[in-house]
Amino acid sequence: MTTRTLAVVSAGLSQPSSTRLLADRLTEATVDRLTEQGIEVKVEVIELRDLAHDITNNLLTGFPSPKLDAALGAVTAADGLIAVTPIFTTSYSGLFKSFLDVIEPTALTDLPVLIGATGGTERHSLALDYAIRPVFSYLHAVVAPTAVYAASSDWGSAAASGTLPERIGRAAGELAALMRESDRSSQVTDPFALPAGFSPVGGFGAQ
Amino acid sequence: MQFGIFTVSDVTTDPTNGTTPTEHERIKALVAIGKKAEEVGLDVFALGEHHNEPFVSSSPTTTLAYIAAQTEKLILSTSTTLITTNDPVKIAEDFAMLQHLADGRVDVMLGRGNTGPVYPWFGKDIRQGIPLAIENYALLHRLWREDVVDWQGQFRTPLQGFTSTPRPLDGVAPFVWHGSIRSPEIAEQAAFYGDGFFANNIFWPKEHYMQLINYYRQRFEHYGHGSADQAIVGLGGQAFMAKKSQDAVTQFRPYFDNAPVYGHGPSLEEFTEQTPLTVGSPQEVIDRYAGMREHFGDYQRQLFLMDHAGLPLKTVLEQLDILGEEVVPVLRKEFAKDRPAHVPDGPTHESLVLAASTTALEPTSVPELVEGV
Repeated sequence: MTTRTLAVVSAGLSQPSSTRLLADRLTEATVDRLTEQGIEVKVEVIELRDLAHDITNNLLTGFPSPKLDAALGAVTAADGLIAVTPIFTTSYSGLFKSFLDVIEPTALTDLPVLIGATGGTERHSLALDYAIRPVFSYLHAVVAPTAVYAASSDWGSAAASGTLPERIGRAAGELAALMRESDRSSQVTDPFALPAGFSPVGGFGAQ
Repeated sequence: MQFGIFTVSDVTTDPTNGTTPTEHERIKALVAIGKKAEEVGLDVFALGEHHNEPFVSSSPTTTLAYIAAQTEKLILSTSTTLITTNDPVKIAEDFAMLQHLADGRVDVMLGRGNTGPVYPWFGKDIRQGIPLAIENYALLHRLWREDVVDWQGQFRTPLQGFTSTPRPLDGVAPFVWHGSIRSPEIAEQAAFYGDGFFANNIFWPKEHYMQLINYYRQRFEHYGHGSADQAIVGLGGQAFMAKKSQDAVTQFRPYFDNAPVYGHGPSLEEFTEQTPLTVGSPQEVIDRYAGMREHFGDYQRQLFLMDHAGLPLKTVLEQLDILGEEVVPVLRKEFAKDRPAHVPDGPTHESLVLAASTTALEPTSVPELVEGV
């Protein structure tokens, strides 16, 4: 049976958090889509709140604790990522960005990503596209076209066209399609791979 | 096996009383620490190079020559000498000069430097850090081995008919260690030349350095310098000691909590668990460091960072007494146990002169490059 791994990063700070709730809904929908296609999905959920001190320590010391290292490994070796942050002051939360800041700049290359965000009002929904999408684009991840924003009012809306459940379903379908084609989790990366053309004496030194 | 200390020469406020040494006091303290290293029986004193506050050591060979004049056996080294922003011609001259003055008690550890502005201050680009380290060393290597050098590269003005003076003592170049925290290119470079590789080791978990050193060992063998376990490996370490373990923790904690590098981050307990920093009794330090060979294989040089984060000179000298008198003698015995005969000792000028005389009929060469390695 084909297997894909899905990492889920939730940057919600309260417990329970609506950010985690959105992450769970997106995860469930994505797993359903893949399962329908006969693909087994291994899900690993990472609550950044549990790693808050470890992330700060990594920023200060330059290395991850074993717990954070495991989380980074789960994200960077996944076939797909669901990344959900609360919107604070018109953008991603500081904790969410700090987590991304301790990831190796090339470690998310080609990673299918579904981005989501939560907030008090609908007015911040574009933060997904002006703040969060560019970060993953910079990291050469493949961001699904549909990003899902859930305002407080969305949790009480009826299941009509254009509502939260429909957006979740569309986004999950996009991520599932990208994950189906991904072979990232089966790739073996060589941490000591030398750059192409590297010579230990340089271009001129061997003269 | 060589034991010693390395310093970054930071001027840091003592967090327990708010006093900050002057540059003059710190420079004189470095000299006192170097002399103390010899007095307590250590083998190596290595000094960093920096070109920004709060560090005082901008001119390591000056300081090392001054210490060499007041010591008899101590090997003077660096931690590190910037191979990127220094002119390799000046490195060749400075260290050959120091080598003569110190009667051969000199080696050098090359590093790239990670302070962004230093590169432009010296007319270089940090994005060219690796190519600078590779090309500058290729030139340095030749300047010490060839009497007359014609050379052209990407980063400095070409040389025609240049002779670096003085020529190295006894015709033998100072031993070179290449220091790197994470770059396989530098491990590859060290392996290619058959030089030493030094892993700072003190700020990151050992698993990372185990991989890097293992890679260097494999490549050392690949380039035909000997078997992987004959590669020349140095490691950094860090300790603070008191007779009673808890006293060491209590005394060191304020320095740890406010240290420039890791302060205000992980707790002392987390950091000692995750890195080789050991704070406790001399026996705990012995146990921790005697175990290093289990992780890294038999190696040649162990340096300890003992004088940073605002620790007063008096405390540092006391720590060196403990290190030299209680810890290192036991570690020497531990490291000698079951050490295979074919594993080389730490390099000295005498060992290099001997090696050169036994291979005198062979041309000094570097291995052929193999395509696609």
